[in-house]
Amino acid sequence: MIDFIARRLIAIIPVLAVVAIFVFLMLRLTPGDPAAVIAGDNATSDQIADIRTKLGLDEPIYAQFGIWIGNALQGNFGESFFFKKTVAELIAQRVEPTLALAICTLIIAIVFALPLGVIAAYRHGTWIDRCVMGFSVLGFSVPVFVIGYLLIYLFAIELGWLPVQGYVRIGVNFWGFLERMVLPSFTLGVVFIALIARMTRASVLEVLSEDYIRTARAKGLSNRVVLMRHALRNAAVPILTVIGVGIAGLIGGAVVTESVFGLPGLGRLTVEAVLSRDFPTIQAVILLFSVVYVGINLLIDISYTLFDPRIRY
Amino acid sequence: MSVILEEVIDSAAIASASTKRKSLWAAAIRNTSVIFGGSILLFMVIIAVLAPFLGTVDPTRIDPAARNKKPGAEVTMRLDDGTSVKRTAIMGTDSLGRDVYSRVLYGTRVSLAIGIAVPLVAVSIGLVLGLVAGYIRWADGIIMRIMDGLMAIPGILLAIALVSIWRAGLITVIFAIVVPDVPRVVRLVRSVVLTVREEPYVEGAISVGTPTWTLMFRHILPNTIAPLIVQGTFIAASAILAEAILSFLGIGIPPEIPSWGNIMAEGRTLFRVFPHNILYPGIFLAFTVLAINIMGDGLRDTLDPKMSKRV
Repeated sequence: MIDFIARRLIAIIPVLAVVAIFVFLMLRLTPGDPAAVIAGDNATSDQIADIRTKLGLDEPIYAQFGIWIGNALQGNFGESFFFKKTVAELIAQRVEPTLALAICTLIIAIVFALPLGVIAAYRHGTWIDRCVMGFSVLGFSVPVFVIGYLLIYLFAIELGWLPVQGYVRIGVNFWGFLERMVLPSFTLGVVFIALIARMTRASVLEVLSEDYIRTARAKGLSNRVVLMRHALRNAAVPILTVIGVGIAGLIGGAVVTESVFGLPGLGRLTVEAVLSRDFPTIQAVILLFSVVYVGINLLIDISYTLFDPRIRY
Repeated sequence: MSVILEEVIDSAAIASASTKRKSLWAAAIRNTSVIFGGSILLFMVIIAVLAPFLGTVDPTRIDPAARNKKPGAEVTMRLDDGTSVKRTAIMGTDSLGRDVYSRVLYGTRVSLAIGIAVPLVAVSIGLVLGLVAGYIRWADGIIMRIMDGLMAIPGILLAIALVSIWRAGLITVIFAIVVPDVPRVVRLVRSVVLTVREEPYVEGAISVGTPTWTLMFRHILPNTIAPLIVQGTFIAASAILAEAILSFLGIGIPPEIPSWGNIMAEGRTLFRVFPHNILYPGIFLAFTVLAINIMGDGLRDTLDPKMSKRV
C-alpha cells in the first residue's frame, strides 16, 4: 500500500512538471516584455526594471524557470500589481467561498445522484429510468449560468425565498452563509448530479447481474439492503472515478457560478485576473487548481481499496 | 510474392472493414436517438442558413430609441432613407436597442461554426498525435506526458489561460477550446492503435514489409473512425457550451459578434428586469447542445458498443 502511494506520488511529478512548464511559458508566450506585462499599464520604468531583476529576465530561460519554480514551491507567486497585494495573500482571502461552494455542491450531488442512479438501475427500462436518464442528458446540455439565472429568477425574484446574490463568511453568520449557498450549490450541482447519476446507474446495473446479488436476495435480505449495501458498494469504484474526473468540471463550473452569484472566490478572481491581464495571479490560480485536481484524483485512487478490498496494490 | 501477399491482405482487410462499417452506419441512421437529435440539429442548421430571411434585421444595429423593450413590444425602426417602419420585437431588445430575435438567430451561425470547427481541428490534431504515440514507441512517452499534463489543468481554466495569452478573437477562442479536447482524442486513438496493432492482419501486413505510413493510414486509421465520430459529437456539444461560457464571462469572442454567449453576457446586468436576454439564447443553446448529446448517445450505442459502458 505505502509502496503504491509512493509510486503514485512519483508518477504525478512529471504531470505537474508539464503543468508548471506550461504555466511558466504562458507569460513568455504573450507578446511583449513579461516584466512590462506583469507591471501593468501604469508602471514606472523603475518598477519594470525591478521586476526584471526579480524574475531574472536577463538570464537564460531555464534559469528563469528555476527562479520561478523555486519561488512557486515556497508559495511565492510575486505581487499582483492590479490588486496591489501579494498573490499568496490574494488567494488566501478568496479560498473560503470556493471551498464552501465545492463542498456543498459535492454533498448535494452525492445525496441526490446516488439514489437516482440506484433507482434507475433497479427499475431498469421503466419510465423512472427514462426520466432519470433524460434529466441527466438535459443536465449536461444546459449551461451552468442559464441554470443559475433560472434558479435566481424562480426562487429569489419570483418567490423571494432566498437572497439573489452575495456571500457571507461562514464565521460571521452561519444562517446567512447557508442561505446564500443553496442556489449556487444547486446550480453547480445539476451537471454533477447528472454525471454521477448516470455512472451510478451504469455501474449498479452491471453489479445487479452478479451471482452474489442473487445470493443476497435468496438469503431474504430486503431490497434496500441488497441495493445499498451489496450493489452500491460494489459499484463504488467507477462512481468514485467519475467524481474524480468531474472535479475538473466542478472547478470550471465554479468559475462561472461565482460570477453569476457574485461570490468572491477563486473563480471570480481568475476571471478578474484575466480581464485585467494580471499574470502572476492567473499563473498561481491555474497551478493551484491543477494541483488540487491531481491531488484529489490521487486520493480517490488510494481510496479504492476502502471500497473494494479485492483491489490490492 | 510479397507484393501479392500484401495486396491480398490489403483487400481482405479493407473489404471486411468496409462491409462492417456499412452495416454500422445503416444501424446508426435508424437509431431513434440519432434521428431525434439529428432532426433538431437540422432545424438549427436551417435557421442558421436562412437567418437573413426569417424576418430579422441587422443583429448589430444599435437603436437608442428602442432600448430594453420587453418581448412582443412594438418598435419603430428608422430606415436609412428617412422613412420608418413598425415591427414587433418578438424577443424584445437589449440595452443598446438591438433586436434580440435577430441576434439569437444570427447567433446560431456562430455556435454551429464553433461546433463544427472545434471537433474537426481537435480530432485532426489528436488523430495524428494519437497514431504517432500508439505506433512509434519512442514518441509515445513524450506525447503522453505532455497530454497528461494538459489533462491535469481543468478544461475551462486551460481555455481561459490560453485566451489570456493572446487577446480574444474568434480564432483564439476556437484554439483555446480545441487544446483541452486534444488529449482525450489522443488517448482514444492511441488505445485503439495499441489494440489493433496486435491483430493478425496488422502482423501480416508488417511481415510482408508494408511501409509504416501505409500501415498507419490504411490499416490502423479506419478502426479509429467510429469512436472518433462519437467523440467528435461530444466535443461539439462541449465546445458550444465552452464558447458560451467564455463569452458570458467576457473573455470569449469579441462582444460585437452576436453569439449566444455574448447576448447573455450583455443581458446579465439587467437580468432582474429583463430576463429575456438570457432566457431566449439560453433555450436555443440548451436545445442545440441537447440535440447533439442525444445524437451522440445514439451514435455511441450503435457505432461503438464497447464505449457505451462508459459514461
